[in-house]
Amino acid sequence: MSTMNTVGRPTTPNAVLTKPATLTGGRGLLQNEGLIFEGEGWGKTGVDLPAPKGDGSDLGDLVRRDPIGLPGLSEPEAMRHYVRLSQKNHAIDLAIYPLGSCTMKHNPRLNEKMARLPGFSDIHPLQPQSTVQGALELMDTLSHWLTTLTGMPAVALSPKAGAHGELCGLMAIRAAHRAAGHGLRSDKPRNKVLVPTSAHGTNPATAAFVGYTVVEIAQTEDGRVDLADLEAKLGDDVAAIMVTNPNTCGLFERDILEISRLTHEAGAYFYCDGANFNAIVGRVRPGDLGVDAMHINLHKTFSTPHGRGGPGAGPVVLSEALAPFAPAPWVVNTGDGFKLVEREEDEAGQAFGRLCAFQGQMGMYVRALSYMMSHGSDGLRQVAEDAVLNANYIKARLEDLMSPAFPEGPCMHEALFDDEWLKGTEITTLDFAKAMIDEGFHPMTMYFPLVVHGAMLIEPTETESKAELDRFIHAMRALAGAAKAGDKDRFKGAPFHAPMKRLDETRAARQPVLRWTAPDGSNMAAE
Amino acid sequence: MKFTKDHEWVKLDGDVATVGITKHAADQLGDVVFVETPEVGKTVGKGDSFAVVESVKAASDVYAPVAGEVVEANEALSGAPETVNADAEGEGWFAKIKVSDASQLDGLMDRAAYDALLATL
Amino acid sequence: MRYLPLTPDDREAMLAAIGVKSIDDLFVDVPGAARLDGPVDLPRVAGEMEVERALGALAAKNATAGNVPFFCGAGAYKHHVPATVDHIIQRSEFLTSYTPYQPEIAQGTLQYLYEFQTQVANLTGMPVANASLYDGSTAMAEGVLMATRVTRRNKAVISGGVHPHYVKATETVVHAVGVETQALPAAVDAEAAVIDQIGPDTACVVVQTPNIFGTATDVTKIAEAAHAAGALLIVVVTEAVSMGLLKSPGEMGADIVAAEGQSIGNALNFGGPYVGLFATRDKLVRQMPGRLTGETVDADGERGFVLTLSTREQHIRRDKATSNICTNSGLCTLAFSIHMSLLGETGLRRLALLNHEKAVATRDALAAIPGVEVLTPRFFNEFAIRLPKPAAEVVEQLANHHILAGVPYSRLAPDAGMDDVLLIAATETTLDADIQILAKTLARVLAN
Repeated sequence: MSTMNTVGRPTTPNAVLTKPATLTGGRGLLQNEGLIFEGEGWGKTGVDLPAPKGDGSDLGDLVRRDPIGLPGLSEPEAMRHYVRLSQKNHAIDLAIYPLGSCTMKHNPRLNEKMARLPGFSDIHPLQPQSTVQGALELMDTLSHWLTTLTGMPAVALSPKAGAHGELCGLMAIRAAHRAAGHGLRSDKPRNKVLVPTSAHGTNPATAAFVGYTVVEIAQTEDGRVDLADLEAKLGDDVAAIMVTNPNTCGLFERDILEISRLTHEAGAYFYCDGANFNAIVGRVRPGDLGVDAMHINLHKTFSTPHGRGGPGAGPVVLSEALAPFAPAPWVVNTGDGFKLVEREEDEAGQAFGRLCAFQGQMGMYVRALSYMMSHGSDGLRQVAEDAVLNANYIKARLEDLMSPAFPEGPCMHEALFDDEWLKGTEITTLDFAKAMIDEGFHPMTMYFPLVVHGAMLIEPTETESKAELDRFIHAMRALAGAAKAGDKDRFKGAPFHAPMKRLDETRAARQPVLRWTAPDGSNMAAE
Repeated sequence: MKFTKDHEWVKLDGDVATVGITKHAADQLGDVVFVETPEVGKTVGKGDSFAVVESVKAASDVYAPVAGEVVEANEALSGAPETVNADAEGEGWFAKIKVSDASQLDGLMDRAAYDALLATL
Repeated sequence: MRYLPLTPDDREAMLAAIGVKSIDDLFVDVPGAARLDGPVDLPRVAGEMEVERALGALAAKNATAGNVPFFCGAGAYKHHVPATVDHIIQRSEFLTSYTPYQPEIAQGTLQYLYEFQTQVANLTGMPVANASLYDGSTAMAEGVLMATRVTRRNKAVISGGVHPHYVKATETVVHAVGVETQALPAAVDAEAAVIDQIGPDTACVVVQTPNIFGTATDVTKIAEAAHAAGALLIVVVTEAVSMGLLKSPGEMGADIVAAEGQSIGNALNFGGPYVGLFATRDKLVRQMPGRLTGETVDADGERGFVLTLSTREQHIRRDKATSNICTNSGLCTLAFSIHMSLLGETGLRRLALLNHEKAVATRDALAAIPGVEVLTPRFFNEFAIRLPKPAAEVVEQLANHHILAGVPYSRLAPDAGMDDVLLIAATETTLDADIQILAKTLARVLAN
């Protein structure tokens, strides 16, 4: 035979040798990447623009003469910079992202395609309404889906995120009480808001913002609102209660009908934090529970991307009593077309005001509606069922090794553990979470809710396959075993395999360095 | 030195009381990153929040153990908040208050009583 | 269903592992009266094709800015965004990641936020900026609240040139906490009128440049007057590109800059999502709302970035937080930063000049029309004209001719008595042919 392989290189690896550190700090696919301010971008631009005719001298002294301090990158450099940065981020597209109360479900790509249709993305908020009837119709359709799913008569679309929605709901409540003669500066003010100790921080922050005094409601041994404490604290000085349901411990408030009855009897309103709506969408309507206002996080239940922290959208569904106070603007179907109501006079007479410029997060409305239409009412019901099933599966498969905070009965869409099971190991919830990173998983929510010691809140969502759940459970069980067997170093020094080790947050807070500055203290590198 | 159940300490010298948080409180907080001391000249009531101490993950109100007028605030803490961790009951003092009613200290715990309280936590 | 990976077999196996018979057993805590027996009355599951058709039909009913002569501004501006921007923000690691709670696996996000904070600080001429707020209007509201905390005073004086939506959004929020506002009557060129209203209870004065009528103002004297009285100056900017040509708010003495960043990296999107830029002086940093990214080192001594000064925020201070903001403007912030990185200072200055020149050309063409009076004395890329007829009517007529001719001031403030004022913006995307068409058609409409 003739010799075919003239190169003769080997095709199986050598014996395993010890791993040397690299000479330049690179690590295989992971690249080191400095700041754009540390590169060669001073004086460069990566955008080709025609040359301007003049120099703006018609504006005289108003013209900016001093250097601004903004480096520029050519397109290839920009792609490299951001692709290198992206490699250092965990993401839903990589693995289960079990952050409790964040609902990190898959982000359908159809949503992105729809949001980018020029008919939605290339329209100005203040164009004549006759030229944007399709956009107004979309807002109206979204409103219809939200009100039907929640069983509520009205919705305010404009809040830009959940916390903004809470502000909207509380301000509507404030306006309603004022109209009834119980405003904060009246003779018989309703100036308190009752909030469970387990609430998300935005609840008391928002209530205080709006001018209310926050009073905490105790929790029972089985993780729910203490009815007796609630009843004792309700009175004619209470404006509202703010309850999350399912609550932040992942449990459905069994006494919810009684909670809303007592609240209404006391003349107060029931604000529901809708962050956990994913557990009940299509199976329960908040309107049937006596809710007066509830914000819905479109970036949670309705899949609009979390995008490393926004943009979100927090429309608020409102009861009959609160609907008249919803902020401007909103969309009406006149029968002869769609109209945006912007003025506070006329139809918007009692609106408590306006929350932001223009009409809210249209880009997120398109994505959310694309998601809702894709699932349909039957698909959405299945979403809640699978979300709850997945969380209970995780709880069932981990509860022999870890300690569920509320072992009796099922959880809803998230499973809560405390750190009781780690007693005696010297390993904390934080250490355990950091070790999960080494195994390839983004940790669950830690130390929230505050009412549970060393809390670990796991929310898988419905878009995890059984295979991925089993993979996660396997890693958790292995780690739990290692923790109990005294393998401390694995946890104390973790993460070892992530792009960075644990970071010094104390230093960042004591000596805040919040921006790049040149070594000489200026905004730009020296020429 | 006397102690409150909210983990503040107070040391009276004439009619001026020096106030801070206890070592136990500082340990619980973790690395202190910032202290918001009260304005000199401000009048505080007993039990009023008059300072804030921040660590990376927590922020705590500090309550005045006695009523009076703030006559001095520990400026050094702004540049070196870690002093609170290093010497909470000495150099890590927050403010000096000119006491309006020294008898308010009577109800506070002494060292032994405070240590006993800590043992129950 | 394409987004739900569990099969009926999976579900059965999992229910067995949990030890219950059916999914209903897991919903046992829901009161019987509130249980829905079946899906609510809405359309059922739909495939991609169906959804595309339905939404495509809605999109087709809208007149898009790119298809017609387009001159709308008033707080939202059409600029060309390079293809790279949208491509990068759709990378999985940016699109589907979240707030960087675990910094070791979020350095991508934290580093670009640090770059963003630096870009915004430099653009606004201020020492420090945060990692974004929702938009310019809520940034202004937050700025006023911050000023009241810093000065411990209770009143804000707002010029007659600030965007009416911004004024309304600010009043709605700050009145709720008992802060008084004095909004001066609408005025094309009177930012300095706030000076006469400064009193001992004034926490801040709020001005906008370029303002809603497009007027660019040197606010240095206003800063001096405010500071002399112990008040802060808040400068609002709704067109971020303007800072590529005009003196920065920081240079002119601003204490807080509340700006809209939409112009850079982000499409018009019918009003949202946008991105709020917020910058301030070093000594006020601890009073600043929103997330902040800071530099630090890891256990190996390697430089890294983390969220910092978190104790100001809702998840720790709860009812004593500086703001209730949690989720902010993520991807829009990234888009801004990428576009700014591509532009660089050289590109930004060029872009700004092009905008200005197009607006000047537009102004010249319109000034020549009988009946049109140009009101704005000095502008960046937007100006106001007075018409002999109500502006809203004229805009509607021009829309029938497939021209989006600008924003009538009455759309923003129906009771200001300025029904005949039209706000016109031009950017680098404006064609000379567009300007001719606008001028010709407007002349015709006014002549009838």
